[in-house]
Amino acid sequence: MADLKKPDGVQIDLISAARMDGLASMEKIRLILDGVRDGNIVILEDGLTPDEESRLIEVTMTEISPDEFNGIEIETYPRSETADASFLDRLMGRQSTNKLTVIGPANQIETLHKDETIIQTLVSRK
Amino acid sequence: MGLLTNLRSSISRAVSSLFSEEEPKRIGIYGPPNAGKTTLANRIARDWTEHGDAVGPESHVPHETRRARRKENVEIERDGKTVTIDVVDTPGVTTKVDYTEFLEHDLEKEDAVRRSREATEGVAEAMHWLREDVDGVVYVLDSTSDPFTQVNTMLIGIIESQDLPVLILANKIDLEDSSVQRIQNAFPQHETIPLSALEGDNMDEVYDKIAEYFG
Repeated sequence: MADLKKPDGVQIDLISAARMDGLASMEKIRLILDGVRDGNIVILEDGLTPDEESRLIEVTMTEISPDEFNGIEIETYPRSETADASFLDRLMGRQSTNKLTVIGPANQIETLHKDETIIQTLVSRK
Repeated sequence: MGLLTNLRSSISRAVSSLFSEEEPKRIGIYGPPNAGKTTLANRIARDWTEHGDAVGPESHVPHETRRARRKENVEIERDGKTVTIDVVDTPGVTTKVDYTEFLEHDLEKEDAVRRSREATEGVAEAMHWLREDVDGVVYVLDSTSDPFTQVNTMLIGIIESQDLPVLILANKIDLEDSSVQRIQNAFPQHETIPLSALEGDNMDEVYDKIAEYFG
């Protein structure tokens, strides 16, 4: 694979909820950041928990390096009240993530518009 | 959502108040860069501490605050009672830092690179404080900017997931483009208090609410 010349384009990694389910928090973050640092756009079928989002920001910050990696752009649909966890889930401390999440390198992805039903992004090549 | 959140906040506040005699609660001032967090921290310190020393320097250049700074034992008096808190001014949270943006503020490349490196360390530090070390959050937003950003949504989600009491402040109401309503619409599940930390507008209500939420 390494010998193959990469075609000119942007790679999109669509990662299923099933694939993420089996991973520990740091493995998820590593999977995302490794993809993004390669210039890929990572799309998660199921989003991260708030705690994982917090760690993603923290780890991203430790990896930012001038002229090499500026950080990430991340977008999810806003959490709507109706799509939130059930009363019982919240009472038991379970959080519903279940929101499509798009993550890309900050210098290659720009959010054009976002509302509760659509995320429009402009992706450029490296 | 509202009922449950209020119930959980009430329980959490009631439990916390059992320990209030032991040590002051640490209240983190959070928000995106350039929202006026340090201006607010400085105003609180000037209004309620003996020497009124500033918590940190204020600037229009983003990421002026690159270290979390704690002002201890700030005693706020409300209705004859005293509420003692530690105010933690934190660096503005973001998911990206590009040193070239600092060049636009007349910084030399070397200084811009250093500032960006310190800024990233500061954001990581702020996130760590949020997960481990604060008992409540004052979330400061610039009311002239769109509040509906991913960083704001994520941070409010992180704060809610930890059941921390949170007060949202719509800052910079002295500016013409200010819209408090836009912030209220973005986060209807929380109370939003308008203010101008720079001019000192509506600070009485801010202190009333700080005492109510964190006292």
